[in-house]
Amino acid sequence: MVRKIAVPILAIVVFLGLWEALVWVNDWPNYKMASPSDLPPAFWKYKELFLTMGWQTLWRTVAGLLLAVVFGTLLGMIIGFSRIARDALYPLLIGFNAIPKATLVPVISLIFIGQHDFNTVLMAFMISFFPIAVSVGIGLSTLEPEYRDILRALGASRMTIFLKIALPKTLPEFFGALKVAATLAFIGTNLVEIVSPHGRGLGALFKSGETNGDYPLMFAVLIALALLGIILYYAVVMLERYFAGWAERENS
Amino acid sequence: MLDGLDVSVPTGTFAAVVGPSGCGKSTLTRLVAGLLKPDEGEVWLHGERVKGPRKTVGMAFQNPVLLEWRTILDNIILPLEIVAPRMPRKDCVDRAMELLEMVGLTGFEDKRPSELSGGMRQRASLCRSIVHKPDVLIMDEPFGALDAFTREDLWQTMRDLRRAEPFTAVLITHDLRESVYLGDQVIVLSGRPARTQYVMDIDLPEDRALDVLYTPPVADMLHILREQIKIAQGREEGGH
Repeated sequence: MVRKIAVPILAIVVFLGLWEALVWVNDWPNYKMASPSDLPPAFWKYKELFLTMGWQTLWRTVAGLLLAVVFGTLLGMIIGFSRIARDALYPLLIGFNAIPKATLVPVISLIFIGQHDFNTVLMAFMISFFPIAVSVGIGLSTLEPEYRDILRALGASRMTIFLKIALPKTLPEFFGALKVAATLAFIGTNLVEIVSPHGRGLGALFKSGETNGDYPLMFAVLIALALLGIILYYAVVMLERYFAGWAERENS
Repeated sequence: MLDGLDVSVPTGTFAAVVGPSGCGKSTLTRLVAGLLKPDEGEVWLHGERVKGPRKTVGMAFQNPVLLEWRTILDNIILPLEIVAPRMPRKDCVDRAMELLEMVGLTGFEDKRPSELSGGMRQRASLCRSIVHKPDVLIMDEPFGALDAFTREDLWQTMRDLRRAEPFTAVLITHDLRESVYLGDQVIVLSGRPARTQYVMDIDLPEDRALDVLYTPPVADMLHILREQIKIAQGREEGGH
């Protein structure tokens, strides 16, 4: 337990130390690269903004992610159970996923003018549902027929087979995808926050730091984003332990 | 795949089905279980025509297909959660524990399948296949993936189970010794399309020990069966 906490903290301290040394050795000014020691004052100066903006970013990311979970799981069920749907939808999905989402920011901000919250959640959703849909789809379509047969031979309905076997069996893949999706959703949220004029959230704070030449603030925002990303990631890990802990092998 | 196959298994007896690989033995199990519908002909179980899946069937495969997220106990209870009438949880547990004791897995009920050896997993799988007291147990090479000694242990477990619980059994196997040791009759299927080629009634004492496999009468039986398999294979090759 001590090792589990001490080792990552030590790694972070070493990382910050190297960063500080890099800036110090090169004698870089703040506008080239802020050093870790510049960050606490930046956080302190804008502490209220960090709290309100951080909250904005967090709730919109989580909202987008929840939508992605619901939609991605449903889509995964469709492509997992139906060959026709799989053949029809895969090219569309892959094509959609290949579009850089930054290019969609002006599109959605024109469609939903001024709906900043909605646009942000929508982008977080659009960028993160793909891995969930694909992994649920693969998990369901690769279910060995024997697993279905043991229940089907007893006259179980499709729904029973799905709930008792297919769904739990897909959970490890689902959580693997959810970890990827959680970090992607942050990228989506920040894209909109940074690009939208008069945006809110940490992305907007970053943008204002840039506009005002407050470089330590920009770096402080990046660190805050990293922190939120870590929190959300480990929240997913906790859920995974609870719902799919059985998939973890001990002593390996 | 199957053509002109006419097999009948008297109630309460154990039929071992052998035949060259790819002759449709697994198709046969799926027909009996009602998972497949025959194009022609009929499958009858206990005076009733099989039209679809039925609750009075138990199945076991080469792969134990235990659910990794359930404990051994909950894996065995699974069929009881499906078939009506639903039993109270306590009765389910009692029934499962009784079977676990019969196959020598007492003390492992709270373990996960990944913590058990291959042989133990297959034992648990057998428990699951008969927990709801099916009329017919259909086994598709359940011991095929086990090492020779574990396999022999499981043959004995199978015999113990049958003595304790009466059920009609259809066992698909590639192992002639297994078919003779476990079966009341051995059915040899021909190559594709499979027909009943040969039926041998096994007339060995009910409480046979493993040693019986090393006696001259059994050696003769195995020899005859081996010859029949050879013929079955020959017909298949000739057919191409």
